[in-house]
Amino acid sequence: MSGKDRIEIFPSRMAQTIMKARLKGAQTGRNLLKKKSDALTLRFRQILKKIIETKMLMGEVMREAAFSLAEAKFTAGDFSTTVIQNVNKAQVKIRAKKDNVAGVTLPVFEHYQEGGDSYELTGLARGGEQLAKLKRNYAKAVELLVELASLQTSFVTLDEAIKITNRRVNAIEHVIIPRIERTLSYIITELDEREREEFYRLKKIQEKKKILKEKNERERALRKAAGGEHEPANLLAEEKDEDLLFE
Amino acid sequence: MAGRGKLIAVMGDEDTVTGFLLGGVGELNKHRKPNFLVVEKDTSLTEIEETFRSFLSREDIGIILINQFIAELIRHVLDAHTRSLPAVLEIPSKEHPYDAAKDSILRRARGMFTAEDLR
Repeated sequence: MSGKDRIEIFPSRMAQTIMKARLKGAQTGRNLLKKKSDALTLRFRQILKKIIETKMLMGEVMREAAFSLAEAKFTAGDFSTTVIQNVNKAQVKIRAKKDNVAGVTLPVFEHYQEGGDSYELTGLARGGEQLAKLKRNYAKAVELLVELASLQTSFVTLDEAIKITNRRVNAIEHVIIPRIERTLSYIITELDEREREEFYRLKKIQEKKKILKEKNERERALRKAAGGEHEPANLLAEEKDEDLLFE
Repeated sequence: MAGRGKLIAVMGDEDTVTGFLLGGVGELNKHRKPNFLVVEKDTSLTEIEETFRSFLSREDIGIILINQFIAELIRHVLDAHTRSLPAVLEIPSKEHPYDAAKDSILRRARGMFTAEDLR
């Protein structure tokens, strides 16, 4: 970026006014964007904290769920294949809602139940209690994971939004505003230059006029001295004017 | 609104998948394609990758749960996935405890937290 980088514009008072308005606009925009970025960052940090907490919690919940799975397997025998083969319709689904932070839409997942349990009969012979517990535990895990997923999605979206906003703030701060300022100073120097030129020209003309006057003066004096000089007749100076017609 | 509900996809070892299926997330779509994948010892890397990609491109999936040790295998695909939807969640499996340092999201967030945040 060179120091010459400025907006191509004809330096005039009008352009100066326009540039001043643009500078003001850019500064306001920068401040607004900064505020937006701050708001987003605030939210971002909250989410980050929550993510870390939830992830830690997830570890526990998953451990508990895995343990109850082992328990159930111990009592009911290996039912994995049956379960995997009997998949039909999802019972837990999620829907996305939207949350708005400083103009950024964040998806929020919400899980809901749909249809009945397709594994009602699993573990009917033995281990029903353990299986019920297992289902409960995994339902809890799903709930937690859905929450975590929405946090994580918000996190990614916010991350992106913050990056974009910061990029804009920096662009305005380090490219646009300096460019406008350079243009303004350019306009001012040009205008000053023009003013000085004008002044100089006036001086020059005065000087020329003075020289011309002196020259005339001198010539006239010379002619007077030669005697041939007569002032041009003054019409008003003469007292008596002869009437031309009536005498 | 019921039709707009999205699914949760699961990729993991047999135990994880069984658990979540009992939790009620499994579904076969009309082509009888499941929204889960059981990764066993002889499941090839290509298959995992293919399935993951197909989950990513499916419109009806909102969240993908993946065991962290499987996520490790296809880390490059996970890292390349930068869109917010579907959300990819790494979960611990029975044999592999959760390691926060490997998580793509948390890795992205590193530098923002200090040591006491992570404990």
